[in-house]
Amino acid sequence: MRGGAQFPVRLQYSKRGKVRFLGHRDVARNIERAFRIQRFPLAFSEGFSPHPKISFGLALTTGFESDDEYLDVEFVEAVDLEALPSVLTAALPPGITVLGAAALDERAPALQEAVTAVEWEVPVTDLDGSAATLGAVEAAIAAALAAEHLECTKVRKGRTSIDDIRPVIRRLAVVEPGAAPGVTSVVAPMVMPMVTMELATVLGKGAKPGEVLAAIGPFTTDRGLRTHQWIERDGMRIAPLHADTRPRVPQARAS
Amino acid sequence: MSDLWPRIEPLLAKVEKPARYIGMERGAQVPAHGPGKVAWLLLYPDTYEIGLPNQGLQILYEILNERDDAVAERSYAPWRDLDAALRAAGLPLFSVDSHRAAGDFDLLAFNLSAELVYTNVLNLVDLAGVPVRNEDRTNEHPIVIAGGHAAFNPEPLAEYVDAFVIGEGEEVVAEITEVVGAWKRGGQADREHVLHDLATIPGVYVPAMYDIEYDGPRIAAVVPRYPDIADRVDKRTVADLDEWPYPKQQLVPLIEVVHDRLNVEIFRGCTRGCRFCQAGMITRPVRERSAEQVRTMVEQGLRRTGYDEVALTSLSSADFSGIDRVVAGIVDDQDGTGGVSVSLPSLRVDAFTVGIASEIQKVRRTGLTFAPEAGSWRLRQVINKLVLEEDLYAAVDAAYSQGWRRMKLYFLTGLPTEVDSDTMGIAELAKNCVQIGRRHTKQASVTVSVGGFVPKAHTPFMWFGQNGVEELQRKIRMLRDDLRPHRQVNLKWHDPEATYAEGLMSRGDRRVGRVVERVWRAGGTFQEWSEFFALDRWLEACAAEGIDPDWYVTRHRDEHEILPWDHIAAGLHKDFLWQDWRAALAEHGLPDCRWTPCYDCGVCTDYALEHVVASPTAPAGGSQGTGQDLSRGGEVPVTLLPTPRSREAAKPTSATAGVSA
Repeated sequence: MRGGAQFPVRLQYSKRGKVRFLGHRDVARNIERAFRIQRFPLAFSEGFSPHPKISFGLALTTGFESDDEYLDVEFVEAVDLEALPSVLTAALPPGITVLGAAALDERAPALQEAVTAVEWEVPVTDLDGSAATLGAVEAAIAAALAAEHLECTKVRKGRTSIDDIRPVIRRLAVVEPGAAPGVTSVVAPMVMPMVTMELATVLGKGAKPGEVLAAIGPFTTDRGLRTHQWIERDGMRIAPLHADTRPRVPQARAS
Repeated sequence: MSDLWPRIEPLLAKVEKPARYIGMERGAQVPAHGPGKVAWLLLYPDTYEIGLPNQGLQILYEILNERDDAVAERSYAPWRDLDAALRAAGLPLFSVDSHRAAGDFDLLAFNLSAELVYTNVLNLVDLAGVPVRNEDRTNEHPIVIAGGHAAFNPEPLAEYVDAFVIGEGEEVVAEITEVVGAWKRGGQADREHVLHDLATIPGVYVPAMYDIEYDGPRIAAVVPRYPDIADRVDKRTVADLDEWPYPKQQLVPLIEVVHDRLNVEIFRGCTRGCRFCQAGMITRPVRERSAEQVRTMVEQGLRRTGYDEVALTSLSSADFSGIDRVVAGIVDDQDGTGGVSVSLPSLRVDAFTVGIASEIQKVRRTGLTFAPEAGSWRLRQVINKLVLEEDLYAAVDAAYSQGWRRMKLYFLTGLPTEVDSDTMGIAELAKNCVQIGRRHTKQASVTVSVGGFVPKAHTPFMWFGQNGVEELQRKIRMLRDDLRPHRQVNLKWHDPEATYAEGLMSRGDRRVGRVVERVWRAGGTFQEWSEFFALDRWLEACAAEGIDPDWYVTRHRDEHEILPWDHIAAGLHKDFLWQDWRAALAEHGLPDCRWTPCYDCGVCTDYALEHVVASPTAPAGGSQGTGQDLSRGGEVPVTLLPTPRSREAAKPTSATAGVSA
């Protein structure tokens, strides 16, 4: 909930190229700084150490790229949402591009809770880093989809646990190196098979693409592209920029 | 293929903090290489996080890229994981701007801020694919140059660095570019020739142009190899800081770095005269930037960078003329987008300073740092850090009463004439500060940071035999034992073993270079990082080279010894330094010549320079502020005032080298 919010806005952005090596927290710092550089009227939290009210969606693993990232930000006055993407992009590191902005409903749930599914394209290598063979990946995917359970070993805060990640896998497919129907962009040398996947994001129980690959066979990856995030609600599948957002910022509001 | 990115990229997925290596900072230049351009690679021989904020490197980066005949890129020491990965893949060191191989540049220019980075310098030259020793380089190799404070004793790297810049680089980089450009246009033949030409540029020291003659372990003479090579290389100094409003586009890193804020240099040089402080000695005279230019640089810098903090940097920022007005102006200029905090590094110890600090840290009152440096008034007179105890207590009381909860106090141990009661004075001061804090808050705590003193070239203490490892350890143990029951005092100290290695290079001569090389070859990179430092490796290297490290580190020098840096001049006459050393031993203080009559240290007179100080009077405050209240023993020794000035007597390479006292 956003008590005291004045002009909440949701932004969509992409992260491509060299900047893929920038970690999630550093991306956040750079975006916050870009708002300051362009003098956007950020709303700040109260208290001893005020910070701007910006909340980010699901973290993107360092090394991965994305065409579909989101953040919610609050301003103390209305801003020109048409101009915002290009103005903010001008102050961002090359490769981070703001794609769209929409006025957000005051009662919109936080992105991390609202987003329920993400889609990925991931180049697959064997554990030694060489390109995986298409046949091996196809066989592993078929076996994984047929299985009822899929064990994934995770290390969190020094503790090892074994999760069943089969329930989060919605879709898993592989395309040949080079030939990539339905693959929107190529993120790695064209010599590797590309796995596309859709994963449910259950708070605290999601899976990363690399974990999925490790669970289905002797595969790994150190990069990939997030192509979509989805908010699913009442049987509908909505892009986050269109969920809980309104067409334009109201001119005045009672407070 | 000059862009190595496609080959580096796969390695970055496997290393820590890969964003160190991607460049793309706000303010980064788009390098335009071309046949008519001299290509500089500016290197900081430590991690990106430590090197990126370096103002000297950023200033030269801009000045060079503004020139039509030069292009400059940057590189930092790859962390050990990437270093290993590059070597395994057969890839060289690269620039972060365009990922160009280091070996493709005309000049590899290192910033030497401290001695323990020397092994990294050798490592980076090697990783660039360039022979580490000068003598093994040929015409196709880049010229390796270095500058920075540590270059004031260049000798330990004399066989590894082709040329050193002594002093400030703003002007001399133009002259170097022209000489190297002419060499390139002439077909880049005859390396000896270009080195000779570089050596004729004022402020440039080319060690291969000098032969060192020894008499046993001691230096007998330093002899130029050509008649047109100067006996002595004088430092370069920019007369007017207002002519150099750099960096105009301070780099804004994508990841967190040290000093991650806007930095605006408000003055250069310091004449407080702290005798242990090399920076204060070698950067004279004081040159203030005009208050108006400071304000403009702050305003434009904040707007450009989006930072919410600005540091007004110098060696003692509270000494800037009208600092309170400048600070108030900055705070008032802000239009309230979250607020901007101002920080003043190197605060003077007095209540005036705390007053400024409370003005500028209205929001975030986290901690304040003071540097009394020594535990007793007697010893503070020896080192000429004239802080009275009551000034410190007044400052601490003011700080606690205005909301600060944590105080940090910096001290040196192993100072000349230091006896155990001086050392224990550190503990007493700390305990008293806690007591004062208790009047205001139950949570009062004081962090005491103790560093082992390393004598440096061109200071009055350069003759002093540094404390050995055991002696420093004993002093620290003594403090630790005394402070153990006092939980509100948190004692931190530097490793005395690293202090010893630093001392070896700080006053080392040409022969010490081979020790550095051995340590590097044995894997000793990142020696400033405690996890990679091992004194045994240094001692083994000394043994293998037949070098007695104690002779360099703990031995007192006498007045007549030719010191390894005597042919390098910071402008301070050696006889002045010797007299100041004698005054130190007599516990005589020396006032700040910014506001009191000149005692002729040599810098202004020799180099036709003047202080550029807007205010003719010292700032208000305690003893250290006014420079007046030295009644308790700090009178100026009369012998210092009329210093006999004879340029001939100060010639360092003659047999009686600069020992006219």
